[in-house]
Amino acid sequence: MDMTMRDYGSRMGDPASKKFGTFSYLPELDAASICKQVDYMIAKGWNCAVEHVEPVRAADDYWYMWKLPMFGERNVDKIMNELTACRNANRGHHIRIIGYDNKRQTQGQSMVVYRGDT
Amino acid sequence: MSGKKYDAGVKAYRDTYWDPGYTPKDTDILACFKITPQEGVPREEAAAAVAAESSTGTWTTVWTDLLTDLEYYKGRAYRVENVPGDDTCFYAFVAYPIDLFEEGSIVNVLTSLVGNVFGFKAIRALRLEDIRFPLHYVLTCGGPPNGITVERDKMNKYGRPMLGCTIKPKLGLSAKNYGRAVYECLRGGLDFTKDDENVNSQPFMRWRHRFEFVAEAVKKAETETGERKGHYLNVTAGTVEEMYKRAEFAKELDMPIIMHDFFTAGFTANTSLANWCRDNGMLLHIHRAMHAVVDRNPHHGIHFRVLAKCLRLSGGDHMHSGTVVGKLEGDREATLGWIDLMREKFIPENRARGIFFDQDFGHMPGMFPVASGGIHVWHMPALVSIFGDDAVLQFGGGTLGHPWGNAAGAAANRVAVEACVKARNEGRHLEKESREILTEAAKHSPELAAAMETWREIKFEFDVVDKLDVATA
Repeated sequence: MDMTMRDYGSRMGDPASKKFGTFSYLPELDAASICKQVDYMIAKGWNCAVEHVEPVRAADDYWYMWKLPMFGERNVDKIMNELTACRNANRGHHIRIIGYDNKRQTQGQSMVVYRGDT
Repeated sequence: MSGKKYDAGVKAYRDTYWDPGYTPKDTDILACFKITPQEGVPREEAAAAVAAESSTGTWTTVWTDLLTDLEYYKGRAYRVENVPGDDTCFYAFVAYPIDLFEEGSIVNVLTSLVGNVFGFKAIRALRLEDIRFPLHYVLTCGGPPNGITVERDKMNKYGRPMLGCTIKPKLGLSAKNYGRAVYECLRGGLDFTKDDENVNSQPFMRWRHRFEFVAEAVKKAETETGERKGHYLNVTAGTVEEMYKRAEFAKELDMPIIMHDFFTAGFTANTSLANWCRDNGMLLHIHRAMHAVVDRNPHHGIHFRVLAKCLRLSGGDHMHSGTVVGKLEGDREATLGWIDLMREKFIPENRARGIFFDQDFGHMPGMFPVASGGIHVWHMPALVSIFGDDAVLQFGGGTLGHPWGNAAGAAANRVAVEACVKARNEGRHLEKESREILTEAAKHSPELAAAMETWREIKFEFDVVDKLDVATA
């Protein structure tokens, strides 16, 4: 490969340099890839939840919940539909999907799936 | 004990301290020792001697024995077993009544169990293989100041192992140059950077200057990336007063995590610092310098699993565990055993992983095992497979040694860990498909591609010295 030294292009004022936890260093996940991750959360027995926020408030712990976490929901299509519904109702917001692990009282996963306008 | 007469002189230890009919109580502290006796000393006598010398006994009968109820207070050797594959030694199991130990004091437990008995002439060598702490005793200890789930919430990091890096060179950087190295690592995508264990407050970089420059580096990287970051500020010092002073300053700078060397500083200092962290909302990273002096020899010393249990009780949120795959010693099954001891609530006896007793930690939080030492991007699939999500993977040379610098090295590791987690969640086999998974990820990350090119030939394939005891066919 070409090993010529490159500059690391992260910049304070560049929204693209902002990261969002797990998978934010990979290319944006397509719908099929998101489905696979949701499948994993379901298989782990976690409860999926959709949350969103204005990009300027991205650093907050608490984002807006989209409805309530989908307790016991094991149908990946229904979860993907809620993701789409949240997106349509909150254009320009960051949107993440969380897998709540109630046994261990933690989030087994939290991944930003859509980046809002910045 | 009315009716018993004082009879001065030396009695065989086994007359008093060997009790094969004894059923351990739920409240007993149990220990498994590996004993290599002197020639001609019977197993039961050697085991009883260890039980005696680590509890109430001494070499001769004394009249004051009769002022108390030694039947109640004595330790008892209650079982001996062969060591698979090694006939020079045997396992001895000893039960101690809980009353022998001060509550919440790992110092007191170790002073008895691994005190004078280790220099005892009737045995050639002695190793403490495991301790069962009864839940009654566990709950007298403070334990990790925060624990795994609280740390994830505070740092806002879920669903993947966290990444760290020890700043190098270990010694000699000025505080400002050191802060530069920290900033570059964190802006590139690491969650944590770390002081090396022997960085305390030397003439080339006094602690206060380091803390100030590191704090600026952490805050700038947080603003730049939008993610939470930390640097393990090493507060290990020559006195506890100095240790507290450094911890307080880290808090004043609004830093999330500090670091301590529990073994060189000692359990008293460590337990006090853990209590300080609990009171001050500070995460505590624990390094284990000096451990290999006592835990590497298969016949003498203290097994690391015992140190890990003791540290969990004393208090720490991270603890170094070895990597299995890197430059430092570590058998895979044995490592899986002690990372369970760091993280889980209940760990059943499992001889295949070197665990001799069921261990119940009750509600005590778990610690993140920290895998550090000679690891790089090619190890990532195996590390994610071995450690799962609840671990900190630390790449020192594997970040700083990247040909384009620390930020690129950090980004390479971050891309690699996320690619591995994604692949694992999709049901792919990380260790069998490691090359494909990393190669696909590198298509979108020149930093990862360059790291893979740089370290593709590096392996650390030496046999481990301290292996689990297994019979050889």
